[in-house]
Amino acid sequence: MSLPAWADQGERVEPRPFARAPTRGSRPPAPVVVSFLVILVIVLGFLRTSPGGEALFGLAGSGGAELVVLGPLSVPVNPALYGFFLLTAVMGLAYAGGRLEAGGLVLGVAFLSLVGAFLVWATAGQSLNLMGMLQATLVRAVPILLAALSGVMCERSGVVNIAIEGMMLGAAFTGVVAASATGNLLVGLVGAVATGALLALVHAVLSIGYRVDQIVSGTVINIFATGVTSYLSARFLQHMAWLNASGTFPDVVVPGLSRLPLIGPLLFRGNFFFYLAIALVAGLHVLLFRTRFGLRVRAVGEHPRAADTLGVNVWRIRYVSVILGGMIAGLGGAYFTLGSVGRFDELMTAGRGFIGLAAMIFGKWTPAGAFGASLLFGFADSLQTKLQILGTPIPPEFLLMAPYVATIIVVSGIVGRATPPAADGQPYEKG
Amino acid sequence: MDDVEKAGVGRNQAPGEGQDRSRPVLELRGIVKRFPGVLANDHISLKLYPGEILALLGENGAGKTTLMNILYGLLPPDEGTVMVRGEPVRFSSPADAIEKGIGMVHQHFMLVPVMTVAENVMLGEEKVHHRFFLDRAGVSEAIRKISERYGLAVDPQAYVQDLPVGIQQRVEIIKLLYRQADILILDEPTAALTPQEVHELFGILKGLAAAGHSLIFITHKLKEALELADRIVVLRRGQVVGETEAARADEATLARMMVGRDVELVVQKPVARPGEPVLTVEDLWVEGEHGEPAVRGVSLEVRSGEIVGIAGVQGNGQTEFMEALVGLRPSRAGRVMLLGRPVTGLSPRQVLEAGVGYIPEDRQRDGLILPFAIEDNLVLDTYYHPPLSRRGWLDRRAIRQRAEKLAQAFDIRTASLGLPVRTLSGGNQQKVIVARELSRSIRLILALQPTRGLDVGSIEYIHQRIVEAREAGAGVLFVSTELDEILALSDRIVVFYRGRIVGTLEAAAADREQLGLLMAGATGTGGVAA
Repeated sequence: MSLPAWADQGERVEPRPFARAPTRGSRPPAPVVVSFLVILVIVLGFLRTSPGGEALFGLAGSGGAELVVLGPLSVPVNPALYGFFLLTAVMGLAYAGGRLEAGGLVLGVAFLSLVGAFLVWATAGQSLNLMGMLQATLVRAVPILLAALSGVMCERSGVVNIAIEGMMLGAAFTGVVAASATGNLLVGLVGAVATGALLALVHAVLSIGYRVDQIVSGTVINIFATGVTSYLSARFLQHMAWLNASGTFPDVVVPGLSRLPLIGPLLFRGNFFFYLAIALVAGLHVLLFRTRFGLRVRAVGEHPRAADTLGVNVWRIRYVSVILGGMIAGLGGAYFTLGSVGRFDELMTAGRGFIGLAAMIFGKWTPAGAFGASLLFGFADSLQTKLQILGTPIPPEFLLMAPYVATIIVVSGIVGRATPPAADGQPYEKG
Repeated sequence: MDDVEKAGVGRNQAPGEGQDRSRPVLELRGIVKRFPGVLANDHISLKLYPGEILALLGENGAGKTTLMNILYGLLPPDEGTVMVRGEPVRFSSPADAIEKGIGMVHQHFMLVPVMTVAENVMLGEEKVHHRFFLDRAGVSEAIRKISERYGLAVDPQAYVQDLPVGIQQRVEIIKLLYRQADILILDEPTAALTPQEVHELFGILKGLAAAGHSLIFITHKLKEALELADRIVVLRRGQVVGETEAARADEATLARMMVGRDVELVVQKPVARPGEPVLTVEDLWVEGEHGEPAVRGVSLEVRSGEIVGIAGVQGNGQTEFMEALVGLRPSRAGRVMLLGRPVTGLSPRQVLEAGVGYIPEDRQRDGLILPFAIEDNLVLDTYYHPPLSRRGWLDRRAIRQRAEKLAQAFDIRTASLGLPVRTLSGGNQQKVIVARELSRSIRLILALQPTRGLDVGSIEYIHQRIVEAREAGAGVLFVSTELDEILALSDRIVVFYRGRIVGTLEAAAADREQLGLLMAGATGTGGVAA
């Protein structure tokens, strides 16, 4: 069959690939290029101000319980700094030359070399307990991770939950009171989880049942939890100290494995809540991506109307998801009292719930991603305490900014755009 | 009957088996549905027999979709009974309708783009192993069997967002067959398809009916109802106004039933006398929503006193092209000249003030501010000029006077111009936009789907106004996915396919076959002799 002559008026040439199309802007995203340049300049700055000599990094766990106790690692400062500088420069050139497609990976390596260079520079002529810092990283990541997992659970079903901070604060309070009153830490844990679930139920009723704006509902719960716990703490806990002394869960020690050098103290000896959170990462991943319930949760978060037309009860799925998320936030709250200090202090969650939401976004709404992001935030947190001990000229508050700067970079879409569930934050109405 | 039925879940009666062809499989009796201020369904009764295709024909707003939503359990009826296989049923949710073997393909696809075909198909009726875990392999197998049996080829592991619209349509049908539905409702299923895809779809649907499924096909297109259906029921203003065997009907009778009066489907217009060019586009490149190349090197010219129609299936870059012309979307490359002046990079206000009238695609989202008063919506593009405002202060009286003049000139029917524009019917809302855009001194009209979703009366009116503007010396460039509208209104037709122009033809010499092939990208396919 042949086409008549009019059909020939269209162009027959293969379409040009769009990358070759005439362009106005520069093709490598400017922010990535700028980031590289900034990192290079900073590392160069370290080199110029380097006192030289050696940096000592401690690798042994406290108490020396390992089979082989490793001595501190000695790093020559200037050669190490040159190495990091070259690594960053090579990565940058490779990216600019178009040899490496993955901007995120390249930038990640550059960022790691910046951190390495910084540690070497700050430790020059002194010693830093690297093992202690990594252990602290894991522990400090725990509440952020639990908050992030709570957020993943809620937002995958399409409900934004900024009340995680308040849920954690309330749970931290009831956890310590219940545990102190009964003398049983597990009762405290159950009390904390129940508190998280109860506050989540309030959020669910308001935002799903009554379709109140989810941000407003979350804010209300945060204010409520702050006020109530501060009041009760000042009114009762100050006078009845026996209600505010629960003790903490003992560290988990895996027999045998914990005696291995390096990984022993890091991975097989640590906070009870750390292992709980790791189990939750795996459990939540399976739940969301391998089960019937998880499929429905994701469908409801992406396209509730489609789920509704297939007979899925959108409201019920959202209720269950928000309450499950509240229970996870309850665990996160319990960490502050039952897992960390054994007593309640006003506002002790100190914004970890919100940092958890940032970790959730950084982790692209996946449990595994949230884990990675939480580690980054935990690292920044522990870095800042160690640096205060070393006495660097940089104010520690400045260092605390690092994870937030990283979040802004991610959220602004430079390193692979993070896409929230399509129906996130939208109340569902029939008809 | 065969293993597809056994492989599925839910009911186990095979369609067409042991059914009496003279007893309706579905019957509606006296269905009434009221919405505030509207009687959407007014005592509608109809019957559907096994193995037949029933077309439900009516204009937008005739109550077709409301009726089907009642039938599918998405809305409760105010009065009336639904009978399935002779039993009265009461559905409180789609789950109940699915249980009774009713399945629906919605006008807007109900698919989750970020999930796979298998996940979309099984949602709500998941196959599991060990009580909790999704059995993806089992579902993929079931999909393959359905694909083979009905000729609905699709890869179960593909992500829906990567599939073309025609294939997504297949996924919707597979969803119903997977649930063992034997009563299939299809709500305007051809809206986003090319003529060739429509042809393919009709083949599949006829096959389904031959296999014993009963189908209700909702449409406002006469030709499609006549081509596909065995029987046609016509709805107007919520009532059944006619019923006929398709074999004994013709377009003119159906159109009269649908609209309630004789319809002139042809636009009356004098021969065009094109003058100097008002719009010149050279090699324009525009990115789409996700940075993909939506418009790829388009060049065209519109002269004063002519109407150029852009034909093409939805999503082939027409929207991005028009938005780039008016300054709502940055262009990556190319030149746009308006009356010989380059306008590339100008803001929408600057483009409009240069003499452009713009009618956007989605009037409720982009054309109007719904909670604002009608009079305010009528001056959205001029409120900042005297006499409507002075030194930043609005002159309410001048605005009201201007609005009154426009409402009269453009036949906008409302109780008060102070009411929110949201209270108007779709046709009157569109008239507000047309009045606003055509009342300035304009040299070029850019219109996207100017009559989508309107009743026949409003369509005629708006077409007439566009022709008048042409006669007054303006150039017109409009986009439509309706071939009838393209053929009726245009002096010259360009066809968009994947962001480029694949054909330009004089309207007088064009016919549907040619346009259909071009819209499907016929020039791009290999192996075609020139």
